[in-house]
Amino acid sequence: MEQKNNTLLIYTLLYFAFLYIPVLFLPIFSFNDANYMSFPLSGFTTEHYEEMWEKTNLHKALWASIKVGIVASVVSTTIALFAAKAFARYKFRGQNISYGAIMIPFLIPEIILAVAILVIWLSLGFKLGLVPVTLGHILFCTPFAMLILIARIEGFDFSLEEASRDLGENAWGTFYRVSLPLYLPGIIASLLLSFIISFDEFVLAFFLTGSDATLPMYMWAQMRFIQKLPHVLALGAVIIVFTTFIVLLAFWLRNLGQGKDKAEFGIKIHE
Amino acid sequence: MLQVWKSFYARSDPAKAYSLLSPALILVTLAMLIPLGLMLSFSFFTQTSFTEIDYSFTITRYIDFFQSNLLVSLLIKSVKISFIVTFVTLLTAYPVCYYIAFYVKKNKMLWLVLLTLPFWTSYLLRVFSWKIILGTKGVINSSLINAGLLSEPLTFLMYSETAVIITLTHAWAAFALLPLYVSLDKIDFSLIEAARDLGLSRLETFWKITLPLSLPGIIGAILIIFIPTVGDYVTPALLGGTDGRMLSNMIQAYFGKVNNLPLGAASATIMLITVAIVTMIVSYTTKKLTQRIS
Repeated sequence: MEQKNNTLLIYTLLYFAFLYIPVLFLPIFSFNDANYMSFPLSGFTTEHYEEMWEKTNLHKALWASIKVGIVASVVSTTIALFAAKAFARYKFRGQNISYGAIMIPFLIPEIILAVAILVIWLSLGFKLGLVPVTLGHILFCTPFAMLILIARIEGFDFSLEEASRDLGENAWGTFYRVSLPLYLPGIIASLLLSFIISFDEFVLAFFLTGSDATLPMYMWAQMRFIQKLPHVLALGAVIIVFTTFIVLLAFWLRNLGQGKDKAEFGIKIHE
Repeated sequence: MLQVWKSFYARSDPAKAYSLLSPALILVTLAMLIPLGLMLSFSFFTQTSFTEIDYSFTITRYIDFFQSNLLVSLLIKSVKISFIVTFVTLLTAYPVCYYIAFYVKKNKMLWLVLLTLPFWTSYLLRVFSWKIILGTKGVINSSLINAGLLSEPLTFLMYSETAVIITLTHAWAAFALLPLYVSLDKIDFSLIEAARDLGLSRLETFWKITLPLSLPGIIGAILIIFIPTVGDYVTPALLGGTDGRMLSNMIQAYFGKVNNLPLGAASATIMLITVAIVTMIVSYTTKKLTQRIS
């Protein structure tokens, strides 16, 4: 370990400011009593927040995002749980190729995924809407969920499962009574983070929603009109607070019951 | 028969592994590989009217692409912006990771969580907050005018390449921070101490020991930032104006109001190939570099 280095410390704190300050402008201006987002602030108001209660399109979009988010997070976490188990438990041929294939959706530009799904969806004669968006989100969330779950399952003592099988429990019983309770913090963390990814996702939704807007789509549409901006700010501020809370909860859960050295930050770089 | 299969299954690790992997592999095949294949075949078709497509094979769309000054310049600009963003992000994030890996003694986890937290808030909102900051009536301009330092707003801040670069650097920071930190944290500090004891200066130690050992993280960060930013749509659309437009904005137009699916598919394919080439170059150079070091 190095001794002190104040220059680096100051630099690091400035970097933190660079990361955080831009995001803080949304909540600040959401309480500002003006249509333009400029200094000086003209006065305090909560009317932009009250406005949100009246927008039925916003409620519809919120509900759409919640539905998509729940389905996407549950399905991707389930798929990822099986896959994570395979990678953590077994050594097999084609391991690296399979791992790479599952990670691709996380690595290639999202617009390409969106375009590819759009083309196949239209060719099959299906209607655009929340279904293809959910499909895209499942594809996009699975690699994230898998990284979180592999970090949790790796180092898991698989002899516990074998012992349970030897003592006469069947596969489901073993999963339910032995594995699940141990994986549970990781599973919940993965559900929460996948939900947030889906909830905030814009590009796939932009190409695939058709007329059923999700929340990011709704905000996108409102951003073009200066007079509608203030309530987007209020909505944005609410979303930021909500997301931060969920993510902190997920981080806390993920590290639950893990040694300090294992408690990396969910996204474990696989080698 | 079932008995035979069962006993084979019980002994075969690959069989178990692949049955666990099958949902994920089916998902990737159906929702990504087949759609990508179809996208590729669309790039060989022709849009004959607003609703009709001629399905006979032709490579004309690729010729169209490379004959269009607009498309080629947008491709070059996308790659250029991505490179700048990657470079700036790496350069600015590296010292932060270095500090946390070697100077922070307690609660490293907390530092990391705090560093990555803004990344989890909506991408759209983060880009939008830069619009608030850089806009003609935005935070920077209105503050400077109020302070009497400016009489006219700075227009180059908004709707420009600069705006796109600043915003992307902010938006993708977490992707550089994670791999860089992981590789720096793995370095055995006694190696650095040994180098110092043997008389190397701080700078020499950094060049000869720390930097080479953190190379895997640097490469990871380069790929993980460069690949998605080449195809970024939101930032150039909200902040780019005409100057900061990127290839994705044209792809979107081809699938939207311009309605030329084959040319859109060809542009997306070219983007994918560009990304693949850069990935290969970066991985190849790394391999050579690591061989030379070790």
